[in-house]
Amino acid sequence: MQKFSAFALAKEALSGQKGWTRQWRDAAPKPAYEAIIVGGGGHGLGTAYYLAKKHGLRNIAVLEKGWIGGGNTGRNTTIIRSNYLFDESAALYDHSVKLWEGLSADLNYNVMFSQRGVMMLSHNVHDEQVFKRHVHANRLNGVDNEWLSPDQAKSFCPPLNIAPGMRHAVTGAALQRRAGTARHDAVAWGYARAADALGVDIIQNCEVTGIDRDASGRVSGVQTSRGAIATRRLGIVAAGNTSVLMAMAGQRMPLESYPLQALVSEPIKPIFPCVVMSNTIHAYISQSDKGELVIGAGTDAYISYSQRGALHISSHTLEAICELFPMFRRMRMLRNWGGIVDVTPDRSPIIAKTEVPGLYVNCGWGTGGFKATPGSADLFAYTMAKDEPHKINAPFNLERFGAGRLIDEAAAAAVAH
Amino acid sequence: MTQKYRLATGGLIDRRVTVPFTFDGKAMTGHAGDTLASALLANGVHLVGRSFKYHRPRGIVSAGAEEPNALVGVGRDEGHYTPNLRATQVELYHGLRAESQNRTPSLERDVGSITDRLWRFFPAGFYYKTFMWPKGAWTKFFEPRIRAIAGLGRSPAAPDAARYAQIYAHCDVLVIGAGPAGLSAALAAAETGARVILCDEQPQFGGALLAEPGQSAWLAEQRARLAGFANITMLPRTIAFGYFPHNMIGLAQDLTDHQGETSDDAPRGRLWQVRAKQVITATGAIERPLVFPDNDRPGIMLADAARTYVERYAVKPGNRAVVFTAHDDAYRAAVSLHEAGVTIAAIVDLRESPEGPCLDAARAAGLPIRTHATIIGTEGNLRVAAVSVATIGAANAERIACDLVLMSGGFTPSVHLFSQSRGKLAFDPALDAFIPGTPAEPTIAAGAASGCQSLEAAIASGRAAGLSATGQAVAAPVAETVAAGFLGEVPHGRDPASVRAFVDFQNDVTAKDITLALAEGFRSIEHVKRYTTTGMATDQGKTSNMNALGIVSKSLGVPIPSIGTTTFRMPYTPIPFGYFAGYARGDLFEPVRETPIHAWAAEQGAVFEDVSLWKRARYFPRGAETMHEAVARECAAVRAGVGLFDASTLGKIEITGPDAAEFLNRMYVNAWTKLKPGRLRYGILLREDGFIIDDGVVGRIADDRFHVTTTTGGAARVLNMMEDYLQTEFTDLKVWLTSTTEQYAVIAVQGPRAREVIAPLVEDADISAAAMPHMSVVECRVAGVPARLFRVSFTGELGFEINVPADYGRAVWEAIDQAGQTHGIVPYGTETMHVLRAEKGYIIVGQETDGTATPDDVGLTWAIGKAKPDFVGKRALARTALASQTDRKQLVGLLTADPAEVLEEGAHLVADPAQPIPMTMLGHVTSSYWSAALNRSIALAMVRNGRARIGETLHVPLPGRSVAVTLTDPVFYDPEGARLDG
Ligand SMILES: Cc1cc2nc3c(=O)[nH]c(=O)nc-3n(C[C@H](O)[C@H](O)[C@H](O)COP(=O)(O)OP(=O)(O)OC[C@H]3O[C@@H](n4cnc5c(N)ncnc54)[C@H](O)[C@@H]3O)c2cc1C
Repeated sequence: MQKFSAFALAKEALSGQKGWTRQWRDAAPKPAYEAIIVGGGGHGLGTAYYLAKKHGLRNIAVLEKGWIGGGNTGRNTTIIRSNYLFDESAALYDHSVKLWEGLSADLNYNVMFSQRGVMMLSHNVHDEQVFKRHVHANRLNGVDNEWLSPDQAKSFCPPLNIAPGMRHAVTGAALQRRAGTARHDAVAWGYARAADALGVDIIQNCEVTGIDRDASGRVSGVQTSRGAIATRRLGIVAAGNTSVLMAMAGQRMPLESYPLQALVSEPIKPIFPCVVMSNTIHAYISQSDKGELVIGAGTDAYISYSQRGALHISSHTLEAICELFPMFRRMRMLRNWGGIVDVTPDRSPIIAKTEVPGLYVNCGWGTGGFKATPGSADLFAYTMAKDEPHKINAPFNLERFGAGRLIDEAAAAAVAH
Repeated sequence: MTQKYRLATGGLIDRRVTVPFTFDGKAMTGHAGDTLASALLANGVHLVGRSFKYHRPRGIVSAGAEEPNALVGVGRDEGHYTPNLRATQVELYHGLRAESQNRTPSLERDVGSITDRLWRFFPAGFYYKTFMWPKGAWTKFFEPRIRAIAGLGRSPAAPDAARYAQIYAHCDVLVIGAGPAGLSAALAAAETGARVILCDEQPQFGGALLAEPGQSAWLAEQRARLAGFANITMLPRTIAFGYFPHNMIGLAQDLTDHQGETSDDAPRGRLWQVRAKQVITATGAIERPLVFPDNDRPGIMLADAARTYVERYAVKPGNRAVVFTAHDDAYRAAVSLHEAGVTIAAIVDLRESPEGPCLDAARAAGLPIRTHATIIGTEGNLRVAAVSVATIGAANAERIACDLVLMSGGFTPSVHLFSQSRGKLAFDPALDAFIPGTPAEPTIAAGAASGCQSLEAAIASGRAAGLSATGQAVAAPVAETVAAGFLGEVPHGRDPASVRAFVDFQNDVTAKDITLALAEGFRSIEHVKRYTTTGMATDQGKTSNMNALGIVSKSLGVPIPSIGTTTFRMPYTPIPFGYFAGYARGDLFEPVRETPIHAWAAEQGAVFEDVSLWKRARYFPRGAETMHEAVARECAAVRAGVGLFDASTLGKIEITGPDAAEFLNRMYVNAWTKLKPGRLRYGILLREDGFIIDDGVVGRIADDRFHVTTTTGGAARVLNMMEDYLQTEFTDLKVWLTSTTEQYAVIAVQGPRAREVIAPLVEDADISAAAMPHMSVVECRVAGVPARLFRVSFTGELGFEINVPADYGRAVWEAIDQAGQTHGIVPYGTETMHVLRAEKGYIIVGQETDGTATPDDVGLTWAIGKAKPDFVGKRALARTALASQTDRKQLVGLLTADPAEVLEEGAHLVADPAQPIPMTMLGHVTSSYWSAALNRSIALAMVRNGRARIGETLHVPLPGRSVAVTLTDPVFYDPEGARLDG
């Protein structure tokens, strides 16, 4: 792999940028692979990378129906945090945050992980009870999260309106300082480049249309828009399309797919230093390196595969943003888009083996899986390589729904991202 | 400054009205009818901004919404300031204040332009390749510096002073764009009597014809005809920005921005949500720049824009121009400028032997034409000063001095809205552009937006669209030959490594950046866009996308249609957040809900808390009492005498119909069939997964009528859930649901003397203990008002809840308060209610439960109707983890070793306070209060296997210390329930 560095940039500057090579090969499908990952999002590409890097597999393909990173990976608002309530979730997401902290160096790709802090606003007694419960639980789990008074919240985020007379006045906030954002595209490309360097075939414009199984029921390969490909180890990492793919192996998934939207303003000079989320009034906001205000809205009320959300959903979010940050009311919406998120009954993901031998699934990240990309990929690679879950992802199995052993972060906190 | 570049005659400006304005503090004037851009040009100002990445000096490129460069901040003060406005869209008004952006300290000298001198070090995507070391340096060091250079304008510093309006509308035909095609379409549709809405972003209707003085008579005639139709709603200054499913279009109408510094009483703008039977997009076409080395200097603009400045605004955009083109239309611009007194130094045409009437006209005017030629470079720092022109393929170039360069690569139909509607685009090889193909909604494209280039064709296609939208027969389209133009980087023969030919002006993306992205393996057009940022600026690629596609196509040898386009997303042009938020601000943002008793409580000095959208009285302090003191007093009063509580916020649903009881059987865990009219029961509602979602007391008013109460926050959710089941699962049941939350005021009278207080006010009912036991309901009159009187208690004392029509709520409340005076009645708030119920171990859904608790977890197994075949959540309760797991969290009471210590809600419990982190958490404190009745602190907690641990000691670790607690039964007060039967 060509090494990226300031030195390399300087060298290329002086030689007309002629020395840069492809970041990943445009691979054509081979007849068979040791392992196939379906879905070229961050989670899928990362899985291939860790399978090759940590588990010594070499003959791996990632099949992507469009362009890599074009699913939710390239559409999300990139909030990364790990101050989840339950032990299982805190362990999972903090595993990820720790990997984020070294990811740019590991991949030799600047994924721009920016630990600018994520602040969740409390607006009433109930919010306060919920967030304090998180702060206490996180402390005992070794995850940073602190309680701020409204004044402290304002000094951490000066544009915040903490006027007591305001509708839904801010009564405090929970702040995770290690939390932040990253550059979504760079995550997909960085993993793709590093995986490619380890021999992984990244095959774009290759849609999986069927899953083959042998007489014993074990996975034996896939049908794709570019022909049949054999494999005995198949990992499905397809976010909003997971149910469709799993149905190809006769598996009915506990998933519903919803449109989720986000929007950005025109770029402005730095004004917003962190990420702010308010669950009570359904809004969250940060500022990108380019200067755009990045604003996330809620899911639509109805299931759908259309990658656009309803106007009243984004309007409601803007109402809330304008109340919290009244000087942004004249800022202008530049672009609004949607992605399809796969939601489980307990809003926690599935990183698991399935009842079909050789078939593994990583899904259910819903509205908040970007933050988990490195951790999820690492654990899924482990699960596929060893044919058994790592202890961190063991609770995130499929059986929990049948058994009722849910990890219901949404019910506990009703926080979406 | 005088308007040196203003022409003496012509144009649509009003020379009688001189309009003063300032740009970067410099005073200038323009005329009514000017845009800020035309006024600046009239004053000879081309340099108006700095680009995003290299901070290159930039001028005005276009005359419309596609403007990539001329971005300014406008506003009289911070409350009216908007950054990043396109000067080409800002209508000039008296006293307008505009400032340039993205430059320090001034537009002429900008320290940020250091990146321009070092441009070789900043190719596309450079930031992905460095700043990775040392760990943490990105957040602390590099990122803040990159951010400071990026961004364009600045945020307003004060809250927006303006107001916004919103409206919904329906019509038969919505015509977007009032150029010749749109006008013809609207008229054709209106003739049939159809209800038509016609909108256009410009202040006047006419579109491209506003810059065609030769067509003014035709235009005037069409406008006059429009005025004659009462069934046409005309919306000038209105941008159609979004195409939503089922032919819903979002329009943003400017109401006062153009009027200048007016009062804020009138709304600034209005968001329209129009549902149209048919939509006609007559949105025109956008001219493409040519991509040649240093094509970005101030003074280099689109040919049609230059012509528009001359013809519509009567402004000469320069003195000596070179025209660079691959399309006949630029010859019309050359002739216009020539006639306006601009010297045309050369017309440089990429084509080998162009012919046609436009060329003939140019030749007739004696303009020098060089065909098969190209511009290989330009000079000038803050303004273009010269270009180098060469025959394609030849080595030697001719330097031509000029202060203006016009460019035209041809026209791109504006398919944005059509594409947003999910219609399929078709590639037209004759045009070298995408045009609307198969629609996904009832929508028709007309005029230049559909690929027409001549006026006759546009008018005919508009008329055809109007007729076909209203179901009329349509004549065959007018045949015309269209011309394509040029896509991609022009041939210039220079070393590609050392020149910059800009594709995306605002984001500083060059042709070389695109080829670099391709070389690095970014092949999908979406990847090229994201890696280089081409098309991602505030103009969303209106002038750059097709050229980027052209470069990709040529480099990869793949035809454009197989590359495809990036996705078009709303909004077409940026729209202020305020339009979307509309009326919902301040008091109208999630309007506060107040109970009928609210004003009374406020008069008594109550302190309120927010509970969902409601304001609820939290406590009623007397004198200087703290909350703690007030609550202790209120609690004592209820336990010893009587208290008055406003429970009106409880959700209420009237369930009626012959199958009402069966419906409740299926929804709630409880059994309802045997509940007699006149009786109450505490109901528990589960989600399908077996966890408690809501609870409340349900009264059977008659065989076929139930009065259901829900939690305050759950009212809407429960009604939705019930409707959902009724309409999708239980379609066999005859049941009707009505929300009655706001129909009733609910007055709780609680305490041993409750009956004595209300008895004298009750008519038509016997409320004696014998006649009206705990958990019964009677319809009667209270204080002369019809009431549903519940005997029910959430305090553990004898209690009543009186439901009266909301309008009488305050009167009845006051009557009871009056009657209670001799009994020492006190009003109490939610905080006291919480303490009293916690003393009794009564749960609050959402506080003790969090969406992961089953009835058994909170000790409510007794409520489940065991014999019922089914209810929502029943199957889930049988799942292994729920039925047989031994370490589920269960509701218990906690007593601290120190009775004065009140635990913090949300704190967790552990067995070993010395365990290193991560600690094993056994549960958490859900409620914690000072109990006046017990004269000590009490708490409720959910603890793993809690019921079996009663009597054990656990620990609550807090920062720096730990509190020992003993687990107890959750009922702290009157465990036998004797007081209920007072
Ligand atoms: C608007 C929005 C905002 C969000 N904000 C946040 C946030 O702030 N923080 C956060 O942590 N998370 C957020 N998320 C969620 C996050 O984006 C996702 O959870 C995460 O990116 C999922 O990554 P993935 O790799 O699993 O899926 P994806 O990136 O969606 O990748 C799945 C891939 O599978 C491919 N595929 C599907 N079917 C097939 C097939 N048959 N054959 C081949 N390939 C196929 C798709 O094309 C796609 O590329 C947000 C999501 C959205 C939509």
